[in-house]
Amino acid sequence: MTTDKIPLLEMREITKRFPGILANDHINFSVYAGEIHSLLGENGAGKSTLMNILYGLVAPDSGKVFVRGKEVRIHSPLDAIDKGIGMVHQHFMLVDRLSVVENVVIGTKPPGYPAFRKEAAVKRISQLIEEYGFDIDALMPVHLLSVGQQQRVEIIKALYRGADLLILDEPTAVLTPPEVVDLFRLLRNLRQAGHGIIFISHKLNETLENSDQITVIRQGKVVNTVLPQNIDRAGLASLMVGRDVLFDLPHPPYSGKQHAVLNIQNLKVLDDRKIEAVKDISIEVCNGEVFGIAGVDGNGQSELVEALTGLRQGTGGKIMLGGVEITGKSPGEILAQGVAHIPEDRQVRGLVMGFRVDENLILHDYGRPPFTRRGLLQHKEIYRWARQRAQDFDIRPPEPRLQARQLSGGNQQKVVLARELTKNPRLIIAVPPTRGLDVGATEYVHRALLDARANGAAVLLVSTELEEVLSLSDTVAVMYEGRIVGTMQRDEIDITRIGLLMGGGHVD
Amino acid sequence: MEVLFTSDFLINLFSAGVRLAAPLLMAALGEIIAERSGLLNIGIEGAILLGALFAVFGSDFSGSPWVGALSAILTGAALGLVFAFITVTLGGDQVVTGTAINILALGLSTYLFRLAYGLEGFSHEVEFFRPLAIPLLSEIPFIGPIFFKQSFLVYLAFIFVPVVAYYLFRTMWGLSLRAAGDHPRAADTMGINVARTRYVAVTIGGMLAGLAGSILTLSHLNIFVENISAGRGFIALAAVVFGQWNPAGAMFSALLFGIADALQLRLQTISNVLPYQLLATIPYILTVLALVGVVGRAYPPKALGKPYLREERGS
Repeated sequence: MTTDKIPLLEMREITKRFPGILANDHINFSVYAGEIHSLLGENGAGKSTLMNILYGLVAPDSGKVFVRGKEVRIHSPLDAIDKGIGMVHQHFMLVDRLSVVENVVIGTKPPGYPAFRKEAAVKRISQLIEEYGFDIDALMPVHLLSVGQQQRVEIIKALYRGADLLILDEPTAVLTPPEVVDLFRLLRNLRQAGHGIIFISHKLNETLENSDQITVIRQGKVVNTVLPQNIDRAGLASLMVGRDVLFDLPHPPYSGKQHAVLNIQNLKVLDDRKIEAVKDISIEVCNGEVFGIAGVDGNGQSELVEALTGLRQGTGGKIMLGGVEITGKSPGEILAQGVAHIPEDRQVRGLVMGFRVDENLILHDYGRPPFTRRGLLQHKEIYRWARQRAQDFDIRPPEPRLQARQLSGGNQQKVVLARELTKNPRLIIAVPPTRGLDVGATEYVHRALLDARANGAAVLLVSTELEEVLSLSDTVAVMYEGRIVGTMQRDEIDITRIGLLMGGGHVD
Repeated sequence: MEVLFTSDFLINLFSAGVRLAAPLLMAALGEIIAERSGLLNIGIEGAILLGALFAVFGSDFSGSPWVGALSAILTGAALGLVFAFITVTLGGDQVVTGTAINILALGLSTYLFRLAYGLEGFSHEVEFFRPLAIPLLSEIPFIGPIFFKQSFLVYLAFIFVPVVAYYLFRTMWGLSLRAAGDHPRAADTMGINVARTRYVAVTIGGMLAGLAGSILTLSHLNIFVENISAGRGFIALAAVVFGQWNPAGAMFSALLFGIADALQLRLQTISNVLPYQLLATIPYILTVLALVGVVGRAYPPKALGKPYLREERGS
């Protein structure tokens, strides 16, 4: 790369302070046309804040932004769009009920403005869709599209507005392996066409393989900008976390006697639309075993887990826990049987965000002594207990009087773990347990699950992160369209085969 | 009871039903615009009431019902702006704000009314919009007298049905407005000014509610009486839900409630079995039943009732 060129984008000395945290601390960052520049950092490192400043969603306290060498002031997304900046957000900014076309043209002034000439818009956008080789019906409401297709709509939205600098915030988190390949092919084409691309990620492999430059951010500061050919995975990880990280945790075979803890027979479950989301699933999970279910989001995993935890009634089949049937029991009864549930969305199901940490820690047991006596909550006792959990599970800051929402994502997840694992469960149901967590917190969660396994718990791990399933599981099953389409033991794992199965491909 | 089945009775009933539906429809159309943008304004009851009063003031002082209708529109707009300022700019709770506006309007209308006309309880008659027979169309048997011998404001309410539908579904403004009500953050990232969109929407909603009030005083009664709105704002809110946030749906709901109202008024005069207080509850009971009927089938705008604040700590 030539250094005498004027960068497409230059951010100089950007600083932003939120109450209690310095999110961006004098950050310098530039991107050239025709390059993929990765922004790597843990959750809470300040990547999203920096990009939200660039996109006009957050106002910086100080610092300057230059586009093609000219200083610009970006006060709103409209300013950013005007400057040719487009953003594909991690949580898609699509209006579910509107069609692809409507989502793309929102906020623009197409010919005929203020009238909305739908037919003309459909024509223009179908052309654009075709140009990029996407397979999307422009008239389809976006909630009927697959996640991968929705992401392409987001990209189309940015390109339709003439973006030459494209920000992608954790774009691969929601994609299947083949979709990831497609995405990178598209990004390389865009680079070829002269677009500058900012690729935000915390995944090391894909960052190394697909970037021209990598800037690592830690605790609001730029640690370093490196070329991918000059660094490896371990080097990147230690830049990102600030210490060495263990990728492959020891995974010794379970030595104790095994028996089935969870036994599911021919389970069928409907989803909210009354469509059968789980179609005849039978699995068995033993003590000392991690049973991993891999699969792309939306293939019935949520419904399966909800049926197991009593949040949703099945329409057929049996669920046995340690030989006792729990089909149709209430969540409270099931939890009392020694089941721990680390739910999909800790902020919605795992924690009451407005409650304090100590209150969250006793959500199951608040009605029992020592937490309640004579119908009154024993705050001292609760606090003392929570202090101990915070210490055991390294919850930071170790102050149980903070509200759950004041903690970082990783520490919120530790609160959930502390509540669920302290009771020594027989069965742990963990659904994307590390979603949105950084490398350090992920390592912590994995360690906790493996420790529980070593102590004889059965673990049902449902995750869309293939790497996670593979590194932890004794048995891996692939779920596709409500069925288990393949099961294999740890020593016979074949990644290509799993990738194919996840995409619905047949394997002979 | 055979009186019920004469053609005269039915024409009379349906024509009154259309007339009584008009204020409900006008207010419901305005509320659809507000709710589609994400603001739940239950203060339209108050806007109807104050609109009705200022319509009388305007007509009385100027001698022209047009000035009366204009005053009602401005009154509604002012209440809409107050609502927008409290809920959008200050981020206040929408239900509490709407309730406060209703209480304020009830007290203020009674006070101003007595100040202007003394304590008799009703104003003298003012200039109003007289029924306007549409040539040819009003000659159609049965249909003609029901739909085409109404007053100007009643026609206007029905003309607004396609107008509002066009605005919502066939203009870029309508698209922005619906986006702001379903996913304000997405709208924001696409360069739409969510706050301004909501200000405009709820102000238009207030204008139509004020105009709905003027129908009560300049087209139905020609006088003002205290609390003349009598819960019509709430029935309009129900018509919005029952009509699934669509102008045409709101029209059918408003007609249903209007005809029910007309029916109970007539039953009061011919039935001596049931006490009239009980008959008067028919439209309200129908409202409750209608809402029960759509439970689970209604899909309100997703961000309805939620304030939108841009700068939050991202993860």
